[in-house]
Amino acid sequence: MDFLRPASWEEALAAKAEHPTAVPIAGGTDVMVEINFDHRRPEYLMDLNRVGDLSEWEVGEESVRLGASVPYTKIMENLRAELPGLALASHTVASPQIRNRGGVGGNLGTASPAGDAHPALLAAGAEVEVESVRGSRRIPIDEFYTGVKRNALAADELIRSVHVKKADGPQQFSKVGTRNAMVIAVCAFGFALHPETRTVRTGIGSAAPTPIRAKAAEEFLNAALEEGGFWDNGKIVTPSVAKQFADLCSAACNPIDDVRGTASYRRHAVGVMARRTLTWTWESYRGTRRTTEGAA
Amino acid sequence: MRVNFTVNGRPQEADDVWEGESLLYVLRERLGLPGSKNACEQGECGSCTVRLDGEPVCSCLVAAGQVEGREVVTVEGLADYAKQRAEAGCATGACGTSLQNAQGWQAKGTDSHTGEGAELSPIQQAFIDAGAVQCGFCTPGLLVAADEMLERNPNPSDADIREALSGNLCRCTGYEKIMDAVRLAAARQGEAV
Amino acid sequence: MPTNGAPTKITQGSRTKGGIGESTLRPDGTLKVTGEFAYSSDMWHEDMLWGQILRSTVAHAEIVSIDTGEALATPGVYAVLTYDDLPTEVKNYGLEIQDTPVLAHGKVRHHGEPVAIVAADHPETARRAAAKIKVDYRELPVVTDEASATAPDAILVHEGRDDHHAGHVPHPNIVHRQPIIRGDVDAARQRADVIVEGEYTFGMQDQAFLGPESGLAVPEEDGGVHLYIATQWLHSDLRQIAPVLGLPEDKVRMTLSGVGGAFGGREDLSMQIHACLLALRTGKPVKIVYNRFESFFGHVHRHPAKLYYEHGATRDGKLTHMKCRIVLDGGAYASASPAVVGNASSLSVGPYVIDDVDIEAVALYTNNPPCGAMRGFGAVQACFAYEAQMDKLAQQLGMDPVEFRQLNAMEQGTLLPTGQPVDSPAPVAELLRRVKAMPMPPERQWESSEGADVRQLPGGLSNTTHGEGVVRGVGYAVGIKNVGFSEGFDDYSTAKVRMEVVGGEPVVTVHTAMAEVGQGGVTVHAQIARTELGVTQVTINPADTQVGSAGSTSASRQTYVTGGAVKNACEIVREKVLEIGRRKFGAYHPAWATAELLLEGGKVVTDGGEVLRDLADVLEGETVEVEEEWRHRPTEAFDLRTGQGNGHVQYSFAAHRAVVEVDTELGLVKVIELGCAQDVGKALNPLSVLGQIQGGTTQGLGVAVMEEIVVDPKTAKVKNPSFTDYLIPTILDTPTIPVDVLELADEHAPYGLRGIGEAPTLSSTPAVLAAIRNATGLELNRTPVRPEHLTGTSLSEA
Repeated sequence: MDFLRPASWEEALAAKAEHPTAVPIAGGTDVMVEINFDHRRPEYLMDLNRVGDLSEWEVGEESVRLGASVPYTKIMENLRAELPGLALASHTVASPQIRNRGGVGGNLGTASPAGDAHPALLAAGAEVEVESVRGSRRIPIDEFYTGVKRNALAADELIRSVHVKKADGPQQFSKVGTRNAMVIAVCAFGFALHPETRTVRTGIGSAAPTPIRAKAAEEFLNAALEEGGFWDNGKIVTPSVAKQFADLCSAACNPIDDVRGTASYRRHAVGVMARRTLTWTWESYRGTRRTTEGAA
Repeated sequence: MRVNFTVNGRPQEADDVWEGESLLYVLRERLGLPGSKNACEQGECGSCTVRLDGEPVCSCLVAAGQVEGREVVTVEGLADYAKQRAEAGCATGACGTSLQNAQGWQAKGTDSHTGEGAELSPIQQAFIDAGAVQCGFCTPGLLVAADEMLERNPNPSDADIREALSGNLCRCTGYEKIMDAVRLAAARQGEAV
Repeated sequence: MPTNGAPTKITQGSRTKGGIGESTLRPDGTLKVTGEFAYSSDMWHEDMLWGQILRSTVAHAEIVSIDTGEALATPGVYAVLTYDDLPTEVKNYGLEIQDTPVLAHGKVRHHGEPVAIVAADHPETARRAAAKIKVDYRELPVVTDEASATAPDAILVHEGRDDHHAGHVPHPNIVHRQPIIRGDVDAARQRADVIVEGEYTFGMQDQAFLGPESGLAVPEEDGGVHLYIATQWLHSDLRQIAPVLGLPEDKVRMTLSGVGGAFGGREDLSMQIHACLLALRTGKPVKIVYNRFESFFGHVHRHPAKLYYEHGATRDGKLTHMKCRIVLDGGAYASASPAVVGNASSLSVGPYVIDDVDIEAVALYTNNPPCGAMRGFGAVQACFAYEAQMDKLAQQLGMDPVEFRQLNAMEQGTLLPTGQPVDSPAPVAELLRRVKAMPMPPERQWESSEGADVRQLPGGLSNTTHGEGVVRGVGYAVGIKNVGFSEGFDDYSTAKVRMEVVGGEPVVTVHTAMAEVGQGGVTVHAQIARTELGVTQVTINPADTQVGSAGSTSASRQTYVTGGAVKNACEIVREKVLEIGRRKFGAYHPAWATAELLLEGGKVVTDGGEVLRDLADVLEGETVEVEEEWRHRPTEAFDLRTGQGNGHVQYSFAAHRAVVEVDTELGLVKVIELGCAQDVGKALNPLSVLGQIQGGTTQGLGVAVMEEIVVDPKTAKVKNPSFTDYLIPTILDTPTIPVDVLELADEHAPYGLRGIGEAPTLSSTPAVLAAIRNATGLELNRTPVRPEHLTGTSLSEA
């Protein structure tokens, strides 16, 4: 095993081009476990901690450019307003110690369906900025996950950042685990209201081979909200609408039985989380509307 | 490979490090600092918690090569670290009496081999006094994590303590005495300021 | 060359004082908070090698061949050993039945069984070399439950059994069977107005001590070996290790290294023999440290169990009879299974009065992971089931579950199903009263001005509910655990106590082989020495095999038995000191001859408080040293047909009240409070007592809602050998644990104390289950309860 220590992004890209099998390591949450447990012996380990700009973020007009290695703790502390869903998801990642080291780049690189950031990124809408010596490209988050623990990265590419749309409405994230802290998701759900476009987006974790959106559920809810004039009248979403949305989210799942939970539990729990997060975000949206109206 | 970094304020050099070695392994097996414990090697137990450039991290998940040029504080350096913090606090006028003086736990002649009377940080003393130590395997990691929390949040609620320590497993105590210890350390810290 | 991390004496006294009854602080506390306390995994020796174990990847197979050639040829590798390299005819070990191969011979019987061992200059070299060993397995069908184990054509896990249980078991795949018959169940059933039946399942729990199995074996010049090891019983290890090495016991020196928790998981050997074999073969010190994955294969677990119960009661709430069958899965090797069967059967009634019983407990041999000792030892599984039965009965009778229990509660004098009278206080009803009287935690504690604090809700940080679906439930349970080794075992401890004058001060040194695993035995020994000998300074020597056996740190027995041995040795030392005093100073004061004399505050005093002499003067030029064995009252074996016999020596009782909040839609549970009342006889160290009760309570909570080793029933392979998928409670899962300590002396025990470590682990689990049932209305006949059990989603979609 060789240890590569690029001091800059350019050096990292060059090293990855020269050694496409090199395994990037930043927070170490996944890679070191695999090494410690003898599941993986990469030819090259490439430390990205020295590439400073990976740990930085910029808040732009429309979106946040979030460096791949920005620790979850920083997301929780600094980006709660811009990326509320991701900040909530970050808070559920493993332990404080892990949150101090791990960032979304690791979740995306591993592309495990259980990665906590995925549902939030799917719901918020994001693009993954990847780069190689050949050039840079942005992969829409919906196209990023290509299979179980597989992603759209080419062998010579590295994840540089994620461009996440700034929240234009309330967002929520829920995750079921069989412990009250430090737990890998049995399943997870991200939900975002996008009042500007009058749409909603979802993200489901650990209930299909890859993180997915429940598109049929989104479409149903978009239509139902529009039809009922909910965006304007700020009424409570009718229970039957919420229920059907939840059922469609459950139906979007393609889960398995494993040691963490049964498929049918996952399907069930996704439905419950869908309904609850819809309720929470909608309550919040109504509250904001009232405040805005009151102020006006 | 060779790795140079600072541990508990002292420069250290580790040679012939296998590239897959963790910071934890280097500390324990190469630098003679076995205080950080290896209980799971997967970031699930917190027993190996150290501060890396000030942040509590699981040293089992840090590749040795990643600490090149960085600063690590382990449980072995915790008392000094806390002392310096307290003194720095005084220098800036933040506290009237040093924590050590206020708590009266500074060295009073070490009692033979137990280290009784050794100079400890407030959190270390509180763990002993509150009965938070049984087998002690989780203790070093908990101390590093709890000390850092009290640094950030000197008046934590119970829920704050639980959240901050949720990455540290203990199998002996049922955590009640650990809660007591952190409350005690916070209270003593409060009295001292 | 020095062995880094070898334990040293610990002296306590110039600052920390305290006799029995005081919350003296741990003598090893400072070492433990500074990182200086050396655990077995911290041992280090210049030039040492690292040992690695190759384990079977399948659960049941014939070993067709093993090829170690490539592994041996790896640079940096010093030795690769298999069964064929074992030096003597003794190739098996075991606590009671020597059925466990040091290295697999011709066959593997469970997933993760040791097949070969490697020593190399770096752990990675050792791992790579182990991976190069080629083992050709021919897989065999697996035996995984009672049906497959006792089928007429069942494959025998062990052929040709000749152990002392082989003759009385109904099938060779049953390790041991203990029936207990008393009274006339059929007649008693006629008196019952209600009868409840239940079938219960208890999942496989792991001790999950945080310090993995580890140790350092250092070869010695005389051809022997010095093993620094984390264990629960040095002398039991020694008895099993020495014959395999072909060495006399005095050439296998054992020193207790720091132990990172045990809970039963270190009663059996793990890497002890392997490290010694590699050290003796290579002539170099060899260190072995399991990682967490390996630790799940490196020790036995708590027996998973199926329990079938029938109880009857009259309309006015008196229990009429009980029938039960308890089937414990012992896995591939016997370990402590026979004794677990004895406990499960003899304590299957619980702390209740039932005169007519028909009980059977068996432990199976299967190809599942071996199971043996874990805190609560057979009594845990039974308590889970009988307490569920008590709630069902109370419900059917329309009675309050606590009152129903109190109505049937055992008292001093009650006969156990074995016919043995309980001859010390049994405050079962009182403990229940006390937990019931605890103030109830406030409702909806999660509500704050800033909205819901998810940390106080089911799901915790995962943000699954802000109060939706959350229902509170309350449940009660009480249990009985025996203390000490039962069934006629010669359960003794040895203590060596020396008293002398050092620097003008009387000091005491206590030397035992007691394994300090975190419980605080070292603290208590110093307290006993202070109380008995009136000194301040006490030195605790490292535990090793240079002194006689202290028995096991298990069965809640160490404070009782080794504490008793220390007390006894101190008393003999005191007599000798007084003899010296009489000899030296008797002529100067008549009280030397006539009064009852005590040692207090460094002086010899009369019981009237008159000071006769400084101990320093008495001991000037003298050293008094005593090494004595001490035994508790003898016990008897249980009759193999009727189960009758005075098998136990003491009992420990605890009761719990659990308050839970369940997210009934998601099936997530938050235990809000888990109050405990326990009779401890006499709290030698109240702070330590609380720590034991709270720790044991939390382990019971773990197996109620999350902890389970999952074994694939088709392959008998372990599916979750890691801390990511074997979950133990975090600080956010653990509630406040108020404790009410009762001290009713047992006149037969030193200071009236009771062993305390295990009882809280018994009743905690059923109390939590009862509370979840109370919240959800579900029957819940298995533990741990998983979210799918609470949401009707446990069946596979396929």
